[in-house]
Amino acid sequence: MKSLPITIDSVRKAYGSYVALDDVSLDIRAGEFLTLLGPSGSGKTTLLMALAGFVRPDAGKLLMGDRNITRLAPNKREIGIVFQNYALFPHMNVLANVEYPLALRRIPKAEARQRALDTLARVKLEDLSERSVAALSGGQRQRVALARAIVFEPRVMLMDEPLSALDKNLRETMQYEIRRLHDDLGITTIYVTHDQREALTMSDRIAVMNSGRIQQIDAPQRIYDRPSTRFVAEFMGEANIVAPGLVRRIDGAEGQREILMIRAESLHLDASLVGRDGVALDGTLRAKAFRGDNWLLTLALHGGQEILVCIPAALAGGCAELATGQWVTVYAPAGKVHAISGAMA
Amino acid sequence: MTIAADPVLAADGRRERRFFLSLSLPALCIVGLAAILPLLWIIRQSFLTTAGEYTVGNYDKVLSSGLTWSALAATLELSLGTLVVCILLGTPLALALASARPRVANVLMAFVMLPLWTSILVRTYGWLVLLRRDGLINAALTALGLTAEPLPLVYNFTGTLIGMVHYMLPLFLLPVYAAMRDIDTNLIRAAASMGATLGQVIRTVILPLSAGGIFSGSIIVFIYTIGFFITPAVLGGGKVNPLAIRIERTLSTFQDWGSASVLGILLLVLMALIAVMFLTARRLMAYNKMGAAHA
Repeated sequence: MKSLPITIDSVRKAYGSYVALDDVSLDIRAGEFLTLLGPSGSGKTTLLMALAGFVRPDAGKLLMGDRNITRLAPNKREIGIVFQNYALFPHMNVLANVEYPLALRRIPKAEARQRALDTLARVKLEDLSERSVAALSGGQRQRVALARAIVFEPRVMLMDEPLSALDKNLRETMQYEIRRLHDDLGITTIYVTHDQREALTMSDRIAVMNSGRIQQIDAPQRIYDRPSTRFVAEFMGEANIVAPGLVRRIDGAEGQREILMIRAESLHLDASLVGRDGVALDGTLRAKAFRGDNWLLTLALHGGQEILVCIPAALAGGCAELATGQWVTVYAPAGKVHAISGAMA
Repeated sequence: MTIAADPVLAADGRRERRFFLSLSLPALCIVGLAAILPLLWIIRQSFLTTAGEYTVGNYDKVLSSGLTWSALAATLELSLGTLVVCILLGTPLALALASARPRVANVLMAFVMLPLWTSILVRTYGWLVLLRRDGLINAALTALGLTAEPLPLVYNFTGTLIGMVHYMLPLFLLPVYAAMRDIDTNLIRAAASMGATLGQVIRTVILPLSAGGIFSGSIIVFIYTIGFFITPAVLGGGKVNPLAIRIERTLSTFQDWGSASVLGILLLVLMALIAVMFLTARRLMAYNKMGAAHA
């Protein structure tokens, strides 16, 4: 199956005075799994709906391959969509739901049935093909929605928070299966979520959105380790944003002058885990909490700013003995200290 | 659910049911007195001669009269005609209302509901003013040169049908509109994303999912029209004589309570038959819909 690249070029959409998409540009490669990640109201779903054709941009262009689809009707776009609430047809059984897009394409009955059954087998639902949609569990409905979206071999697939209604364990299984399905089929996939862990687990690249703009687009590891803005740093995990004056080099050399981001889990109590070019921060222990696989310490730096330190339980010798009010020094390797632009808020 | 295992819970449940039943007692009494007693009285009356003796002669007389069967035919013709026009006009209207923006839909809905708040008699005479030979519509048509002669729009079947549809349309519209509004927008979007045109979306998603509403609306319209009196009496001009008019005439002209009662029972049997037909059809459709994806 040939998949297509997508180009989003300076797309803008406003509802009255509320700007949902503010000049968004994004290139998605053919066969890529790209996640739009952001809090609610960040514009990620609006962007997805614009690609699907249900939201018409005020300005800008959308291209699928070389074709301009900005003003193309949704039913001519050949895009498979998995909706947040699955949107299965309640008046049809599982098989009829999956056959639906094939019936629209006037594919002969026998062939359509075979293709639908093959696709159901792909999502491990072949035994439930005669079942009513109402009699399925959440995970099974999710699979039917997936089968229905891929059965007509679309060039592009859009998924709008497809796993948000499932419980945690099922969600992790489905993350793996959706990714495997994507790797088998190679369909260009745009996946919307507000769950940063899901985005990190599944994506080739992540586009982090906030208030109608793309903040950063990068591979998961770079997004996590090298956030370009404070928003991205804080949205992706427990991030400490500190002024350069509060951080000293272990070897005494001159430090960086920009604002620094250090993840809570990059900080250690043991200086030997960190190289000579690492950094140190000093503070008083405000609080400590045991969280099973790790300890979470809260330190107050000079001037009162609090930082979070996450020590894996396996390396936490001594954590239990620390008393609040005690003076503590924590260390981070140089590679985990990342300068970000933007003012200290 | 089985809560019967615990006798205390079961007793509790029984007490609750008894309590709710007692609350509905006043309503049950009214329904009993207002509906069942007159019905029993009519049944008794249908077996009495004018002198008050028991007889089956009334049935014999009514069922062997040609007038009865032509009235029955007129009733069915009028009811089915009204229903068909209501479905043809009401379904697209409900679709438009359900897909309009909420504020527009509210305004349109107010227009639809307005007739319901006006007296039926006033409205029926209103139609007379519009539809007469020298009425507004015919005056406009001849003035514009569209017709040479005024059209016979009233005192016939056409006029009666217009009046009936006007009265019944809101009653049909409400359940259909409610059913269509309840359809998840994402279902329509999903169908479109898979390639369905607007026509296909309507045929394969919207109509099947609002079939329940269309059915309810149809039953309401049919049951109402089958015993309708005022509109055919005013706009029919003596040419439209359904059972309701036959009953009235039997009473006012012949004071024949026995025959009128037989006609009334005939009407009741007709309604019951139609209700059973509708419900059976609905059950069959619900049974068949599984696995029907014919685009």
